[in-house]
Amino acid sequence: MLGTLFGIVMAKSEALSWYRIQEMFRFQAFHMYGIIGTAVTLGVIGVALIKKYNIRDFHGNPIKFHPKEKSIVRYLLGGIIFGLGWALSGACPGPMVVNIGYGFFTMIIVFLFALLGTYVYGYFKDKLPH
Amino acid sequence: MLDILKETWSWWFSGAIITGIMFLLLFFGQSFGFSSNLRTICSAAGCGKSVKFFDFNWKSQIWNLVFLIGAILGGFIAHQFLSSDEAINISSNTVADLAKLGFSAPQSVQPAELFSLEAAFTIKGFLILAFGGLLVGFGSRYAGGCTSGHAISGLSDLQFPSLIAVVGFFIGGLIMTFLIIPLLF
Repeated sequence: MLGTLFGIVMAKSEALSWYRIQEMFRFQAFHMYGIIGTAVTLGVIGVALIKKYNIRDFHGNPIKFHPKEKSIVRYLLGGIIFGLGWALSGACPGPMVVNIGYGFFTMIIVFLFALLGTYVYGYFKDKLPH
Repeated sequence: MLDILKETWSWWFSGAIITGIMFLLLFFGQSFGFSSNLRTICSAAGCGKSVKFFDFNWKSQIWNLVFLIGAILGGFIAHQFLSSDEAINISSNTVADLAKLGFSAPQSVQPAELFSLEAAFTIKGFLILAFGGLLVGFGSRYAGGCTSGHAISGLSDLQFPSLIAVVGFFIGGLIMTFLIIPLLF
C-alpha cells in the first residue's frame, strides 16, 4: 500500500523524469528542491517530536533511529558515484522501478545494472576506503 | 477531484506525502530507504554464498521488497488512471539547453532519445543506461543509501554523514550534467 502511494507520488510529482533531474542539476527550477525541501523540513520536525515525546510504533516499541557510521570518504566518494549515475540515468533506485511500472521498460536495463553495481560493491567492499 | 489528481502534483503536496510515507514506515517499525532492496535482491539471488556482504537474513527485508512491488504498481496506476498524457512542463531554459545537446522538446515524461526501445538497442544508448544503473547501484551502497535513505531519512534525523552524501550526490550530478553529458551527446 505504502509502496503504491510512493510509486504514484513519484510519478505524479514527475520526480521519476530524467527531464526533472536535468532541470534540478541545472538549477533551472524550484520543483525538485521544493519536493525534497518540504519532505526534509516536515521530516526534521516530525523526528524531533518523536524523540521529544518518545513516541512508540504500532508494536509498542520505541521508534529508534540508527546513526550512520562516522566516516567522510565513503559518503563523499559513494555520493559522487551515485550522483554521476543519477544525472546520467535520471533515476535513483525508487524511481527506476516506478518507471518500469509506468511503462518505460528500458528502465529494466538500468535496474539490472544497478543490481550488478551493488554486487560489484559487495565484492570489492573490503578493498575500498570507508 | 480526479482532474486535480491527473495534473502534475505540486511540490509541497508531493513532499508532504513523501514525509508521510517515511513516518508511516517508522510507525510500522520499518524505515524509509529504497536502495537496500538492491542488496536484498542480490542476497535472495544467492550471492551470499560467495560474497559476505550479501550473507544476511534477507527474509527480514521482505517488507521492503513488498514496498518495491507496490512502487511498480504505483507507477502503473499513475500512468493508466491518473495521467493526463501531456508533455512534461519543464523550464524553458532546460529545454533550450537540452536542445543544444540534440534533445527534442519533451513529448512525454521521459526523453525518447534515451528511453525508447530504439535508443536502448543502439550500442551507445545501451551503454548509457547500463553505466547509469551501474553507478547508481555501486554508489548507493558505497554511500550507504540513496535519495530516500540519505536525503530524506538521514537529513530528517540531522545526520552529518547524510549531508556529506547529499553533497556528494550534487558534486557527481553536476560533473555529469556539465562535463560528461555534453561529451556524450
